[in-house]
Amino acid sequence: MDKFVTLNKQDLNDFIVKLSRSQPVMAPVARGCKSFVFESVDSAKAIALHYIPTILPPKKYFFPQRETLLTYNKTTPAWDPVLESRKMAIFGVHTCDLAGIQCLNMVMSASPQDNNYNARKEGITIIGLECNNYCDEYASCNVMDNHLPNGGYDLFFTELPDAFMVHVNSNAGERIVNDIGFFSAATPKHTQQLEEMRARKREIFKPEVKAGHKQLRGIFAGAFDSRQWDRIGERCVACGNCTNVCPTCYCFDVRDEINLDFNTGTRGRVWDSCQNEEFAQVAGGENFRKQRGQRQRHRYMRKFNYPVERFSRYFCTGCGRCSRACMAKINLKETIDALAEEKR
Amino acid sequence: MKPEHGKESAYITQPGTIRNTRQMTRLEKYFEITLPRQRDLGHEPGQFVMVSVPGVGEAPISISSSPTKKGCFELVVRKVGAVSTALHALDSGDKVGIRGPFGKGFPTAILEGNDLLFIAGGLGIVPLRSLINFVIDNRKDFGKVTILLGCKTPQDMLFNEEVHQWWKRLDVSCSCTVDRSDPDWKGNVGLITGLIPGVSLDAERTFAVVVGPPIMYKFVILELLKKDIPERQILLSLERHMKCGVGKCGHCQIGEYYCCQDGPVFSYDRIRGKHEAL
Ligand SMILES: Cc1cc2nc3c(=O)[nH]c(=O)nc-3n(C[C@H](O)[C@H](O)[C@H](O)COP(=O)(O)OP(=O)(O)OC[C@H]3O[C@@H](n4cnc5c(N)ncnc54)[C@H](O)[C@@H]3O)c2cc1C
Ligand code: SF4
Ligand code: SF4
Ligand code: FES
Repeated sequence: MDKFVTLNKQDLNDFIVKLSRSQPVMAPVARGCKSFVFESVDSAKAIALHYIPTILPPKKYFFPQRETLLTYNKTTPAWDPVLESRKMAIFGVHTCDLAGIQCLNMVMSASPQDNNYNARKEGITIIGLECNNYCDEYASCNVMDNHLPNGGYDLFFTELPDAFMVHVNSNAGERIVNDIGFFSAATPKHTQQLEEMRARKREIFKPEVKAGHKQLRGIFAGAFDSRQWDRIGERCVACGNCTNVCPTCYCFDVRDEINLDFNTGTRGRVWDSCQNEEFAQVAGGENFRKQRGQRQRHRYMRKFNYPVERFSRYFCTGCGRCSRACMAKINLKETIDALAEEKR
Repeated sequence: MKPEHGKESAYITQPGTIRNTRQMTRLEKYFEITLPRQRDLGHEPGQFVMVSVPGVGEAPISISSSPTKKGCFELVVRKVGAVSTALHALDSGDKVGIRGPFGKGFPTAILEGNDLLFIAGGLGIVPLRSLINFVIDNRKDFGKVTILLGCKTPQDMLFNEEVHQWWKRLDVSCSCTVDRSDPDWKGNVGLITGLIPGVSLDAERTFAVVVGPPIMYKFVILELLKKDIPERQILLSLERHMKCGVGKCGHCQIGEYYCCQDGPVFSYDRIRGKHEAL
C-alpha cells in the first residue's frame, strides 16, 4: 500500500537544514524577474516553494553541460574511462521535470547503457513537489499528462493548508523519513485535504492545445510536409536555447581537451543542439537538415513522434521552457495548434 | 568532484597499434591495426569502429577487412578534417584508440545461398570490401557474385590490385566505371547506374548490396527496382554524423532510428519513404 507521512510546514526549515548536513541539497531558488534556478541550499529560507520551471531543468545534475568520459595519456598511450557521481538530494522537483528525468532514464538505460549517466543517477535522491496551480501560460502539462505525480521520485511533497503530505516511494525515501525525522503519520484529515486539492486541480488544469493527448502523435506523424516548418524556420535564429533548456534533450558532442603538459588530457561530452547547422552534416558536405525549418521539425518530431515509436512515450513534458526561452517567440502550444488546425 | 575510474563505461577505448600503412591516393590512406595480444576485433562486415587520436578526437571509420582476416584489421581514411588529418600523420608503430565495433553490419547469415550484386561508389568500396572478401573466402556458401565499382577518375580507384584479383576470378564478375577517363583506362566510362541494366540476374534470389554517397542511392535504387529486386533484398549502408556510436548523442538519428545502432546497414524496405533517410 502507498505510504504517506506529513511534515508540518514550520518544520520544513529544520528538515532541509538537517538533510543538507547529510548530503548537498539542490532546490529551486529565485533569481529575480520570474527566473528560478536549481542550486545548492542549506536551509528552506532560500527555497522558492512556488516557482515556475527553472531556467535549466534538473537534468543538469544527471547530465551536466560538460562531463568527463575518460582521461588519456598520449605517450603510453592509454584511455581510462571515468564515471563521475556525487551524492545529493534534489528538493522541489515538479511533476513535469520528474517526467523529464524518466525520459532521460529510459534513453540512458537502453542497451548499450550509458553508465556515466547511471552513475550520477545512483547518487541522486529526488524529492518532488506538487504544483497546486498552473505556473504560467506557456505550460502544457495537462495535455502531456504530467500535471499529477506519476512516479519517478523517492519522496513527493504536496502542500496542504498547514502541512506537506509526503508520498514515500522508495527505500531511499523511507530512509530519509526515518533518519532525518520531523515526519508524522498522515491523518484522515490530511488525506481528505489532498483529495480536495486534487479535485480543485482537475478544475483548473485543462487541455492547453487544440488536440488531445492521444491525437498528438498522429498530428506530428502526418505533419512532415506542413508549411508550418518553413514559417518557423524563417523566424528561428538557430540559437539552440530551446534544446538547452529542454528536460528531455540529451544530444551531445564529444571533445578532447589537453592539459598544459601537452601529454595528458580528458575527453568529455558537452551538450549539443540539433539546431546547429553542422549537427547532422557529414564529410562531403551532405546534410539532411540544412534548413532551420527542417531542424525545428526534427526537434518537434523528437518530442511527439519518434520517441513514441522507440520508447512508447512522448518526450515533451509540457514544461514550456522552450517557449519561454525562445527569442524568436516560437511557441510550442501555437505550433501544436497550427498543426492541429491544418490536419482538420 | 573526484573522477572515479570505472570499468563499465560505454566509452572504453583500447590501444591499437598501427602495423602497416600505405598512401592509396592523394586523400586516402590505408592502415593495418592490431589490438593488444593480436586479439581479433570480432566484427561483422559492414560495422565500424571509433578511432581516437588523443588530444584531437574520435571519428567513425568503417572496417575494411573481412572478419576472416585474423590478428589485425584494416581501415582506409580520407583526409577531410581534424581527426582524419591527424590519422594521416601516423605511421607503423604509432598507436590509436579503438572503440567498438559498432552497428548492424551486413546480415551474412541471410545472404548465404543467394546471388549477390555488389555496388560501390567512391569510398563505398571501403566497407563493402569487408563483405566482398568475406564472401570470396567462403565462396561456396554464396550463389552468383557480381561486383560493380564506380569512382570519379582512374586515380581515385582504391585497392587496384585486389580489384584486379577479383576481376580475374572465374566465379566473380567484376566491372568498373569512372566518371572521367584518362588514356590508360580500359574500363567503362559513365555513371555506375549505367552498368546495372546490363547485369543479368535472377531477381528473386539476388541481394543487392549498395554503398556510396547519398546521391548515388536514389538513382541506383531506381535501377534495382526496375530489375524487380525485392525492396527487402536491397541493402544500403548510410553515413551519418556520429559522435558516440552507442545510440545516445543524437547526431546520427534518422527518424526513430539511430544509424549507429540500428544501422549503418538498412534494407530498403525499412527506410523507403522515410524523411531525411535518402
Ligand atoms: C559509419 C561511418 C563509417 C565511416 N567510414 C569511413 C571510412 O571508412 N573512411 C573515411 O575516411 N571516413 C569514414 N567515415 C567518415 C568519417 O567519419 C568522417 O570523415 C570523419 O568523422 C571526419 O572527422 P574529422 O575530424 O577528420 O573532420 P572534421 O574536422 O570534424 O569535419 C570535416 C567534415 O566531416 C564531418 N564530420 C565530422 N565529424 C563527423 C562524424 N563523427 N561523422 C561523420 N561526419 C563527420 C563534418 O560535418 C565536416 O563536414 C565514416 C562515417 C561513418 C558515420
Ligand atoms: S530557442 Fe527559438 S530561435 Fe533558438 S533555436 Fe530554438 S526555436 Fe530557434
Ligand atoms: S519541448 Fe519544450 S515544453 Fe516540451 S519538454 Fe522540451 S522544453 Fe518543455
Ligand atoms: S552516434 Fe551517437 S547516437 Fe548514433
